[in-house]
Amino acid sequence: MQYETVIGLEVHAGLSTNSKIFCGCSTKFGASPNSQTCPVCLGLPGVLPVLNEAAVEDAIKVALALNCQVSPYSKFDRKNYYYPDLPKNYQISQNYLPVAFKGYLDVPLEKGTKRVGIDNIHLEEDAGKNIHGGGADAGESLVDLNRAGIPLIEIVTQPDMRSLEEVEKFMISLRDILLYLGVCDCCMEEGSLRFEANISLRLEGESRLGNRVEMKNLNSFKMVSKALQHEMRRQGEVLKEGGHIKAETRLWDEEKEVTSTMRSKEEAHDYRYFPEPDLSPLIIKDNWIDRVRKAMPELPRERKLRFSREYKIPEYDAQVLIADKYLADFYEDTVKLFPEAKMVSNWVMGELLRGLKERNINIEECLLPATHFANMLNMIKKGAISGRIAKDVFAEMLDTGKEAEEIVKEKGWSQMSDEDEVSRIADEIIEKNPQSVRDFQGGKEKALGFFIGQVMKVTRGKANPQLVNKLLKEKLGKLK
Amino acid sequence: MKISKDDVKQVARLARLRLTEEEKEKFGKQLNQILAYVEKLNELNIENVEPTSHVVPLTNVLRKDEVKPSLSEEEALANAPERKGKYFKVPKIIE
Ligand SMILES: [Zn+2]
Repeated sequence: MQYETVIGLEVHAGLSTNSKIFCGCSTKFGASPNSQTCPVCLGLPGVLPVLNEAAVEDAIKVALALNCQVSPYSKFDRKNYYYPDLPKNYQISQNYLPVAFKGYLDVPLEKGTKRVGIDNIHLEEDAGKNIHGGGADAGESLVDLNRAGIPLIEIVTQPDMRSLEEVEKFMISLRDILLYLGVCDCCMEEGSLRFEANISLRLEGESRLGNRVEMKNLNSFKMVSKALQHEMRRQGEVLKEGGHIKAETRLWDEEKEVTSTMRSKEEAHDYRYFPEPDLSPLIIKDNWIDRVRKAMPELPRERKLRFSREYKIPEYDAQVLIADKYLADFYEDTVKLFPEAKMVSNWVMGELLRGLKERNINIEECLLPATHFANMLNMIKKGAISGRIAKDVFAEMLDTGKEAEEIVKEKGWSQMSDEDEVSRIADEIIEKNPQSVRDFQGGKEKALGFFIGQVMKVTRGKANPQLVNKLLKEKLGKLK
Repeated sequence: MKISKDDVKQVARLARLRLTEEEKEKFGKQLNQILAYVEKLNELNIENVEPTSHVVPLTNVLRKDEVKPSLSEEEALANAPERKGKYFKVPKIIE
């Protein structure tokens, strides 16, 4: 019997507004604890929250990008629970009439596309930050309320994902959309993008959903993958032994790499949602939506089409490039300076991506400016360095941020195009290898490759390959 | 709908209220009376009535996304029962 995995995600994205969702406090990250608070976000009695217009616009942008319907009428509710990071003892959220609903995202996979349904998008306020350990002693927790009241959108998917690949690609596609829209910086270390996953297994062909387990505490893409992988295995084993999956919330323990039951918090109906009387309903008319739509930036899908069209690169290249906004920016910046679009995409997809992966960094962390990259490609084109040497030069550039020309000078790597010099080396090698000369004369074309290899070896890759080829053919031809 | 003593206990727990047995009894009775009163609404035909989400006839009360000065850290922490440095201090939260 095969089990099918059913996964849905809840994504919290912190919006990049200047001020908080219901008050004028700054949202800037990294400020001194409790220095960005006011009576509203501290939950002092008698204050009145007022909704930030920019947060609404951001939500509309995301709704449009995710093919959602924007609610003409939405409103806010109080979600009640006690936790020290929530000074009011309730979180203002949208439970009954969210700002947008019923959308989808088409996620490009290794093979084909997966459509993941979006159940709803709602606006809410973030809670503060609790600190255990670190500066806190045993028996105490410390609370910083700077984050309390930062606007969030929560994007709730349908349980449409069936594999880890689909989840991973969904997260990347969604992150790219948020980045392209400029509504969230998606900095996972700072908590501006957080995931919760629900997962259940069912026998293949079964239409009913199994009991689902919700997982919290997933603060990076890798954590989501690892936690889901672990949970798939755990549930599979329980079911195979004839056991029963309990519907519960489990926490991912990053150190032990296991999930464990979370001490039971409130159940959904224990949140006792009720309408937030301090906020007026939100009415979004078509003209507002149109205005936002007109100001929408280019999204990944459109950019991909434009790349194929404008740069005449294969669809595959365009897909790889746009899959990371910063990589695509880097590509475009380079092509502006060095307009051989296909050569640039080959290098970006090959050496650059490989180099980043080896160093375990992403393009934003990389020292290489597009100008340096373009200058290096130009050196290859002009024959100043060979393609082979260029790979070593490039690795140095990634590590040091230096210009290719400087590296080539330092290391003495410039291409040897001096015909006399290469000719002399070729003669030496022919003389030292009479057997291979006979092989060549006996019709073994492969022997030519041997000679080319030897010349390149002696010159440590610096000889111009076309020149080596030409000279060797001439010389060996004459010996015949 | 009838409120049981367990319901009262549960609601009290969620609201972090400690009730005596007598109070649980008393509030259970009162809650049931309130619910019975509210249930009278079910006698009305409300088919064409939109649910009221708000009693004040206001919509779209919005503010521009502008940063306004916050309280000073000292002011923010002034009412804290306990503090440590610039943080609010609370009993350890166990997950
Ligand atoms: Zn505030």
